[in-house]
Amino acid sequence: MDLLCTHSNLGANHNPTMNILVCISHVPDTTAKINFTADGTALDPAGVQFVINPYDEFGLTKALHVKEAQGGTITVINVGPATTEPTLRKALAIGADKAVRIDATPMDAITVAKELKNHISANSYDLIICGQESIDYNGQQVPAMLAALLEQPFANACVGLSLDNGTATATSEIDGGHATYKASLPMVIGGKKGLVEEKDLRIPNMRGIMSARTKPLEVVPATEGEGPTKPVSFEKPAGKAAVKMVDAENVDELVRLLHEEAKAI
Amino acid sequence: MSILVFVEDWNGAYKKASFEAVAYAKSWATMNGNRVIAVTNTSAPAGELAGYGADHIIQIGLGSTAMGIAGQLKELSAEVSGIVIAGTSLGRSLAPALSALTGGALSTNTISLPLSVSPLQVKRGAFSSKGIETIELNNDMPIVSFVPNSIGLEPVAGEGNLERREVSSNDALEVLSTEVASGKVALPEAEAVVSAGRGLKGPENWGMIEELADVLGAATACSKPVSDIGWRPHSEHVGQTGIQVNPNLYIAIGISGAIQHLAGVSASKTIVVVNTDPEAPFFKAADYGIVGDAFEVVPKLVNALRAFKAAS
Ligand SMILES: Cc1cc2nc3c(=O)[nH]c(=O)nc-3n(C[C@H](O)[C@H](O)[C@H](O)COP(=O)(O)OP(=O)(O)OC[C@H]3O[C@@H](n4cnc5c(N)ncnc54)[C@H](O)[C@@H]3O)c2cc1C
Repeated sequence: MDLLCTHSNLGANHNPTMNILVCISHVPDTTAKINFTADGTALDPAGVQFVINPYDEFGLTKALHVKEAQGGTITVINVGPATTEPTLRKALAIGADKAVRIDATPMDAITVAKELKNHISANSYDLIICGQESIDYNGQQVPAMLAALLEQPFANACVGLSLDNGTATATSEIDGGHATYKASLPMVIGGKKGLVEEKDLRIPNMRGIMSARTKPLEVVPATEGEGPTKPVSFEKPAGKAAVKMVDAENVDELVRLLHEEAKAI
Repeated sequence: MSILVFVEDWNGAYKKASFEAVAYAKSWATMNGNRVIAVTNTSAPAGELAGYGADHIIQIGLGSTAMGIAGQLKELSAEVSGIVIAGTSLGRSLAPALSALTGGALSTNTISLPLSVSPLQVKRGAFSSKGIETIELNNDMPIVSFVPNSIGLEPVAGEGNLERREVSSNDALEVLSTEVASGKVALPEAEAVVSAGRGLKGPENWGMIEELADVLGAATACSKPVSDIGWRPHSEHVGQTGIQVNPNLYIAIGISGAIQHLAGVSASKTIVVVNTDPEAPFFKAADYGIVGDAFEVVPKLVNALRAFKAAS
């Protein structure tokens, strides 16, 4: 089905075929126990399973929906060392057409954003979809940096996107509500759940896994040097003291504790 | 030199996180003998900012998008040795855009005041609150975006002088509309959050959750499956893949406490858990727990809090 759609199908609404880039971050599984190396300067990857960043999964499925509606090509990209390749292969198995890995071990978001910008400037994409945030360093930095570097419009926390003949209408979450934006493509999206619904997320099937083996995964050398930020150390948050149980028949006691002890009310 | 702080308003009223941003900038500036320059919208009540440490206030006609405002702040950052931006939804786009435009090194999700100022070191949340990173920002205009509610407010006596400037804003993004629920407490900034999960059985049972939130002046939130099945809007989904919150008080009702849920809420200062199952994992992450049926406990708690509020 996917293959049949790659050739331009100018539908009734004259939507052009789309060249879409989906930025994929390779992160510890949400259930992973996080430990740091003995000297506290880095994540200890031992025993940690890595997955496609959950926010990026919504972007990838959205890209598939767009391609199915109006034709096009989906490229997935990661800036990272060779250990991220299984994650890119998984994205290919879900339905992306090709993958690019920029070979770097970036220490900060600006370096990632600049590497992505260099790739994008040398290729032309109609739409660039990132996840709003990656769940490892929780920076929420790369998408906005990338848009600023590219001087392209940017919709963050994007929970809805429709395209009509080169114009995008994007709905974004803002504090306490929503905003709706309009922009001409190309643009950069920081996506999240809502871009597509959870139940519509694609997962790899056997045929996808087989075909992913032969899809192109291009490795590109890094072009950027070190960025201006440096992790000094990592620690785990202090644990909580033991929970105080309150009898269900005595909620007044909870109110007293919240007021007098926790000073929370 | 100065520390520049961006002060966000909504329809002419400042967000609490904006005062926190000014107080943050003041603490930082005090550490290295700088002044605080606050940048705010022409229509906002600039006078309020001096009380948190703004020495100089520049009012401009703020653009309506993060990219537009980033360009404006860049224009104003010539004599600046650091920038503070609250991590609101706008700030979370604005800070990285400004970092890319100016080359200023950036820490987002910051949860501490500066540990040292040259080079600047701060602590930030990482790995969905499973880790805390100390990061060094090694250049001449570091930018700090902090998590609202994580620093606190410290009023100071001060008088800021006021200046109006014209700075144009450019962005190819057009704002068609914005819709913000009035009278409701916005989740990321809320000091108290009442959150409920699948234990509530169905959307029709949220009345008591809203009542509880109402007595506490709290925002309402929910677990991921609750928003996935459409009992509550996605905008209430908290956790690792939803909104991350750190209120003073987080009350979890009928939520099991899965690791992904805890990842987004465990930074809350006081956590109360109500669950029928004494083995629910959430109790291990809680400060106070009640083993009981939400349908009995919540109405009682609402009454007890009403009585408490009436007496105090
Ligand atoms: C990649 C990934 C990301 C995820 N991200 C998130 C996230 O961001 N946020 C999130 O919340 N989840 C997330 N999850 C889902 C998470 O794993 C749990 O499935 C989810 O948090 C469970 O929601 P719940 O506690 O409401 O439901 P359940 O696990 O079904 O728990 C319901 C609880 O209610 C209790 N209960 C039942 N009846 C009553 C009653 N009458 N009174 C009181 N208590 C009662 C039960 O004892 C139980 O503990 C994610 C999962 C994955 C795989």
